[in-house]
Amino acid sequence: MNKNLLVVKDLKGYYRGTFGVVHAVDSVSLNVGEGERVGIAGESGCGKSSFAQLITGTTTPLLHYEGGDVIADGFNIWKIPPETLRKEVKCERLSYVPQAMLNSLNPVRRVREFIADMLKERTGRKHSVDEASKIAAEHFEKLGLDARVLDVYPHELSGGMMQRAIIAISTMASPKLLITDEPTSALDVTSQRRMIELMIDIQRKGIIKSLVCISHDLAALNQLCDRIVIMYAGTFVEEGKADDVINRPLHPYTRALMDSLLPLEPETKDKSLSSIGGVVPDLRNPPPGCRFHPRCEKCMKICTYREPPEIKKKDRVVRCWLYSRGRSK
Amino acid sequence: MKKKDTLLKVKNLTKIYTSGYVRTTEIVGAKNVSFDIKRSEVFCLVGESGSGKTTVGNIILRLIKPTSGEIFLDDKDAFSYDKRAYWRKVQAVFQDPYSSFNFFYNVDKPLNDAFDLLENSPSKEERKKIISSVLQTIEMNPDEILGRYPHQLSGGQMQRLLIARSLIIRPNLLVADECTSMIDASTRVAVLNELLRLKEVEKMSVLFITHDLSQAYFIGDRIAIMKNGEIVEEGPVKKVIFHPKHPYTRNLVASVPPLHERWEL
Repeated sequence: MNKNLLVVKDLKGYYRGTFGVVHAVDSVSLNVGEGERVGIAGESGCGKSSFAQLITGTTTPLLHYEGGDVIADGFNIWKIPPETLRKEVKCERLSYVPQAMLNSLNPVRRVREFIADMLKERTGRKHSVDEASKIAAEHFEKLGLDARVLDVYPHELSGGMMQRAIIAISTMASPKLLITDEPTSALDVTSQRRMIELMIDIQRKGIIKSLVCISHDLAALNQLCDRIVIMYAGTFVEEGKADDVINRPLHPYTRALMDSLLPLEPETKDKSLSSIGGVVPDLRNPPPGCRFHPRCEKCMKICTYREPPEIKKKDRVVRCWLYSRGRSK
Repeated sequence: MKKKDTLLKVKNLTKIYTSGYVRTTEIVGAKNVSFDIKRSEVFCLVGESGSGKTTVGNIILRLIKPTSGEIFLDDKDAFSYDKRAYWRKVQAVFQDPYSSFNFFYNVDKPLNDAFDLLENSPSKEERKKIISSVLQTIEMNPDEILGRYPHQLSGGQMQRLLIARSLIIRPNLLVADECTSMIDASTRVAVLNELLRLKEVEKMSVLFITHDLSQAYFIGDRIAIMKNGEIVEEGPVKKVIFHPKHPYTRNLVASVPPLHERWEL
């Protein structure tokens, strides 16, 4: 049995502001084992990024932690003081690469100076720039990246190169768990492929142990991950092996999502595609019962007032009343 | 016969962006781009970012001037048209639906403004009728949409509304510049289907600019692959994507993550 690097239990996170309370992440549980690559997919506005912020303890101002446990390598990150989180957990145990990663480098300093700053903060010892670039160059070479990147300013790099450099920088302390939010979405297809290769490579070389990747691109997730979780309106609706979820989707939402995808295959041309009607519900007052029921084609009476149970079948989990007939009433 | 079928002809289009006064730097936006778009056809322009797709699109829309080269619309030099007359024939839907609308006005305004471009603009009553019939043809409920503000609509709905706007003008050519890249996969399909319907029912031509090969394959009849401002390969979609000749196209196709199989990594 694999040790779980990340255990998320009943996690809740709401946005609170003058607009009301947005139930962005509502009772979500997830286990990530050692050596696993997990992908989280869903439409925009369904809480993927909020989830990433909550499991890394880096919430944006209006997002509040509301309950549940996030245990990353033995540390319950919402129960320990922020200083411990920053010093002992982040970078060494888990590293988070946010969606706006292209803005995370310092625009007025060269990449190696940025790394020197970071090393100083990490180790508490001032490194000379030469020393820092030596450490960084070693690490970059290990990942097959050009060490020349270290000598330039961020604006001189292309989007793909910058993103790969950021992934390299954030794995310098060999975190056990890497959490990336939309790592491939702003990139061209060729850079996208290199990015996917890089992330798999980092894991194979043992720099990181597990990976959580958040994306709306199911095809890219399928290449990168072993396990895929489908998120809808703040809840997980389906979970399973990447292959199973993509080729044999169970939940009506996953099916609809798959039907709206355009894979690059000869058959796509003649396929009649359908979009999912309606919009993602307003999470200020999510629909009662199953959150997908207003858009679901197979909606039953029970779906409109009772939350669907979690049905487990081997390594698949699905939350839908369709699969629980006769088992509970 | 064949000549008559061509709607837009682009010939040796070159655009060089220069910056600076004393020491000028030159960036090639497009270089010797030639293609033609037939009537009732979806022509796709595909390339990575920075390959000059949008430059070509903007020149065709007459938003920027080319350094050299010619464009013919209906066998007449595009730059000899009066701009308003030209835009009656060529319309656009851009990438970002959120910045295409003015957030202070409700969505009726851009639809109403579209009538001003027409030569003899209809009366208020007629406008209303045309708007609701146009919305119905794109399968949107006029009661649900009209009078709402942009923030109350989803990205997909906004994009389809912009298509509806161009339907009021009834152009011969619609330039769709990355019009699906900012909306979700689940709603993207509705926009693509709408563009296909334009082609089949309204007999419009669409210049579909995208970086996404699979969308281009789904919607396009013919495709041109651009790299560094030049077209490297052009032809029917099926042939170009599944039997690419140019090494760049081959590399591009191989980089698209397949859905049902996995790469050997």
